[in-house]
Amino acid sequence: MEFHFDYHTIASIVRTATESKTRISELVLKQQADQLERSEEDIFRQMENNYQVMTACIDPGSEKDIRSTSGLTGGSAYKMRQVSESGKSLTGSLMSSALYRALAVSELNAAMGRIVAAPTAGSCGILPAAVLTMEAEKGCSHDDCVMALFTASAVGMVIADNACLAGAEGGCQAECGSAAAMAAAAITELSGGTPEMIAHAVAIALKNILGLVCDPVAGLVEIPCIKRNASGVAGAFVAAELALAGIESAIPADEVIWAMKKVGDAMSSTLKETAEGGLAATPSGKKLLEQVFGSNSGCNSCNGCLG
Amino acid sequence: MNVFDILGPVMIGPSSSHTAGAARIGRITRALLGAPAVHASILLHGSFAKTYRGHGTDKALIAGIMGMNTDDERIRFAPDLAVKEGLEVEITTGEIDGAHPNTALITLTDANNRTVSLQGSSIGGGNILVTKVNGMDVSITGQYTTLIVLHRDAPGTIASVTEEVAQTGANICNFRLSRNEKGGEAVMTIELEGTIDPNLNDRIQKLDNIYSSTMLKPI
Repeated sequence: MEFHFDYHTIASIVRTATESKTRISELVLKQQADQLERSEEDIFRQMENNYQVMTACIDPGSEKDIRSTSGLTGGSAYKMRQVSESGKSLTGSLMSSALYRALAVSELNAAMGRIVAAPTAGSCGILPAAVLTMEAEKGCSHDDCVMALFTASAVGMVIADNACLAGAEGGCQAECGSAAAMAAAAITELSGGTPEMIAHAVAIALKNILGLVCDPVAGLVEIPCIKRNASGVAGAFVAAELALAGIESAIPADEVIWAMKKVGDAMSSTLKETAEGGLAATPSGKKLLEQVFGSNSGCNSCNGCLG
Repeated sequence: MNVFDILGPVMIGPSSSHTAGAARIGRITRALLGAPAVHASILLHGSFAKTYRGHGTDKALIAGIMGMNTDDERIRFAPDLAVKEGLEVEITTGEIDGAHPNTALITLTDANNRTVSLQGSSIGGGNILVTKVNGMDVSITGQYTTLIVLHRDAPGTIASVTEEVAQTGANICNFRLSRNEKGGEAVMTIELEGTIDPNLNDRIQKLDNIYSSTMLKPI
């Protein structure tokens, strides 16, 4: 089989999928098997393993007593899950369970748990939350959920090729923005959306997070990263819902990615993971920095406090 | 680039540079020692020194020294496990001239009082660069199969090692020699590609003037 598309543009992937009447995920799986010179089953199984690692994050991540290594965060997923499972959440079980799942994976990451970088460790909660919620709430099959990760990865590859995925290079829009765009694509495909709709979902998700800075308090992947994972999955559902209703993005996905790159280049370095600007530079942010790293003179050799 | 560069790696959080990369630096030092360590002295520099508590860099380094991989869930318990296994760890912070911000200098000692020291930096995305072995300049990325051969600086030693490599059919894609003083300890770092004979390392260890040879698989 020959593949008349590449990962330079979303448009070429959409065109190929539409013309061949194939789901984007199937197209990507076949192309990757060809490129990596491995069988489709083999590649599928490796992706399934990633999905299993994602699944295994939810319970330990939403434990009541989980705390990050710094001690700054933990326990949000537990609170959100309690409300979600009580049936009393404001936004209903789909949104509230997506939120607790995103928090769970991110809080587990901060607590030195085992996660899948998706595409980065800082944004690792968004895509798992989207896909696991589609399986739990919408009855999508396990195999379809694994396949949706190929669609998400294809979107990530196009963004990596044309812009970047690292907060240090492009701000949070490059991390949580890319993850939200990838998740929007996965949700749209799992909901039966066309390749065109998937492209619009990608464009809308990325547009809505454009310009978001990377300003971690104390330089740690915790504040505000964990809550931005919750916000990222919510944004992915918003984008997918709009696209599935037939609402189009006036700016095509590839041009939004181009804009994201330009915005990232124009961003001050104080807002790109240096912990020198934004929330990190607020009085409370600085106080938290002191709380974690403040008294690190004189007692560096005992480790008694590290537990 | 493929789908698993986007979704992956599976790793222990929270940071690929401060956690995953640190575990790799520890692991490569343990491999070089060739035996379990009973004492580890770790000097942290730059961002490693300033933020190691929040990122669990110390735990990841200790885990690596105990041979754990970057996705091992025991990493966060590594300091306790070290105590149980009789590994004494001493961590200090300081300045290393000209070093990358994420750098650790590790000195390990085994039960026979043999020591090895390694300076390595975590250069982003979990990738590492080893810059010194026993104080001698090296440049090891771990992206290729790498031989680290500690030997006496004596004529013919390099030829005998490369002859063994040639006989196995492996291709040398990078070779570097460094020594402390004439006739003293020297280190060869040899990066290899092609088919690697698993017995190559044993054969090199049997050669004259070789103190130790370690073969590292690509990480």
